Amino acid sequence: MALPAFLMFVAFGIIPLIGVLVLSFTQWDGIGKINPAGFDSWRTVLSDPDLIHALWITFLIMALSWAFQTPISLLIGVYLAGHQRYREILAVIYFVPLLLSSAALAITYKALLDPNFGLGPGLKIPLLTQDWLGRDNLALGVVVFVVSWQFIPFHSLIYQSGVRQIPKAMYEASEIDGAGRVRQFFSITLPQLKYTVITSSTLMVVGSLTFFDLIFVLTAGGPGDATRALALDMYKRGFQANLMGPASAIAVILVLVGLALALLLRRLGGRDAAESQMEGV
Amino acid sequence: MATTLTTAPQRATERRPSHRPALGGRRKLPNLPAGVAGLIWLLIVLIPLYWILITSLKTQDNYFITNPFAPPTDPTLDNYRMVIEADFVRYFVNSAIVTAGAVLPAVLISFMAAYAIVRASHRSRFLRWVNSVFLMGLAIPLQAVIIPVYLIIIRLKLYDTLLAIILPSIAFAIPLSVLVLGNFIRDVPRELFESMRMDGATEWGTLRHLAFPLVRPALVTVIIYNGLSIWNGFLLPLILTQSPDQRTLPLALWTFQGQFSINVPAVLASVVLTALPILALYAVGRRQLLSGLTAGFGK
Repeated sequence: MALPAFLMFVAFGIIPLIGVLVLSFTQWDGIGKINPAGFDSWRTVLSDPDLIHALWITFLIMALSWAFQTPISLLIGVYLAGHQRYREILAVIYFVPLLLSSAALAITYKALLDPNFGLGPGLKIPLLTQDWLGRDNLALGVVVFVVSWQFIPFHSLIYQSGVRQIPKAMYEASEIDGAGRVRQFFSITLPQLKYTVITSSTLMVVGSLTFFDLIFVLTAGGPGDATRALALDMYKRGFQANLMGPASAIAVILVLVGLALALLLRRLGGRDAAESQMEGV
Repeated sequence: MATTLTTAPQRATERRPSHRPALGGRRKLPNLPAGVAGLIWLLIVLIPLYWILITSLKTQDNYFITNPFAPPTDPTLDNYRMVIEADFVRYFVNSAIVTAGAVLPAVLISFMAAYAIVRASHRSRFLRWVNSVFLMGLAIPLQAVIIPVYLIIIRLKLYDTLLAIILPSIAFAIPLSVLVLGNFIRDVPRELFESMRMDGATEWGTLRHLAFPLVRPALVTVIIYNGLSIWNGFLLPLILTQSPDQRTLPLALWTFQGQFSINVPAVLASVVLTALPILALYAVGRRQLLSGLTAGFGK
């Protein structure tokens, strides 16, 4: 009974995984014959400053979006776990961004941030009237923001269920000891959420390796190469420049970086790394 | 040491009445920082959504001259008509075919696999191995294997067909589906399976008449979750199809954007139209979706 699923997954998951490693030692333009090429692609890629740049951008987006999403998700998660009156309504609205496709979000934000007809000029707010997608740092910031806009609801949900599992007795005991809310947060909530933080961070970090649709539609890697992260770099080399060999090498690097990060975070928390990557699924 | 021992109970008795004014209301003060963060984020979420909606109802001229937050002076559905006339229906149908065509088989075979793994992996080394392959599969990003998938699809002569999107979508829906469904089947009391066997039911019979009804909530969860990610999928259609005939909605959105270029209201109308089915689904199956998204982690 397990066979159909297994065969299907081997055909389009496992074989391609091996295939990408094999292809990284070949030369292929995507249409014609595939020729063996030894370490050519790897030499090209590893000596290419563009790869270092793409890696740097990837890690930058990863770190910034982690630093932005975690505190907000944590706060909102704690809030949603309480007994607030409008929690139900909030939870409904909070979730909508996660339902929209990255393509739709990218298109929306592109229009919203347009320096001529977008929100800033429309409202005549100079601060919002910037060439958001035309300047390196701003474009990177926009990517981080839109990603957070999409995924904060999801992570706050994880935190919410984490908070719900903290024994109430701990809060009661600390209240008896006279601990204030802030003290409770740092002495009880945060330490108790250790594993939740690690789960959520693993998902954020490993998931951020796979941001493709959003960046592709929002900035196409630009301006210049300012938002050309690893997955996009792979696409451009492979499907735009027709260099499937180097693109495959990048894909292998993508897998290795993802695995390394998942294992690293797993060591930190001792949790199952198999639960990573959900955002990329 | 001694002081804490004596003062603590004392403090508790004198404080408690004022401290718990209402049933279940553990806390006296509202959680201010978290509440403020929640409210600000709510605005940050709502403003773009509101803006998409009202802008999609404006004419292009109106869009250029009015305050972006002002509701349209005379709302029009022209943008929607324009998008629908630009072959929207075809793309919608394509997306529906891909989503249904991938989700239903994926969930069906995942359910069978999960059932087999839970019921028999203690005596089958192969099944244990299959299970670890699926678990490992959770960590494979689609992007990383897209080049070989593209090659396989070309060799199968499926390039530029909807089936080209469907097949890999099925494969990538399997690991998570098996994980979630397996967790649910594991919760079914062993005795129920035993008594089914006593009554002479086959494994298929047990699967159909016992496991299926019991894990129905998990099935719905998995269907919604996979449906969402396949409906919104961009990479597979981008790489595995070419002609407008085979476009799915996210890809169509991207091309609409070029087609209508500066007609922002029309572009946003297409955003609304592509999101509508998902929002409708969300309205119906919210609880299922939320529990589904947290299944597997969050503990």
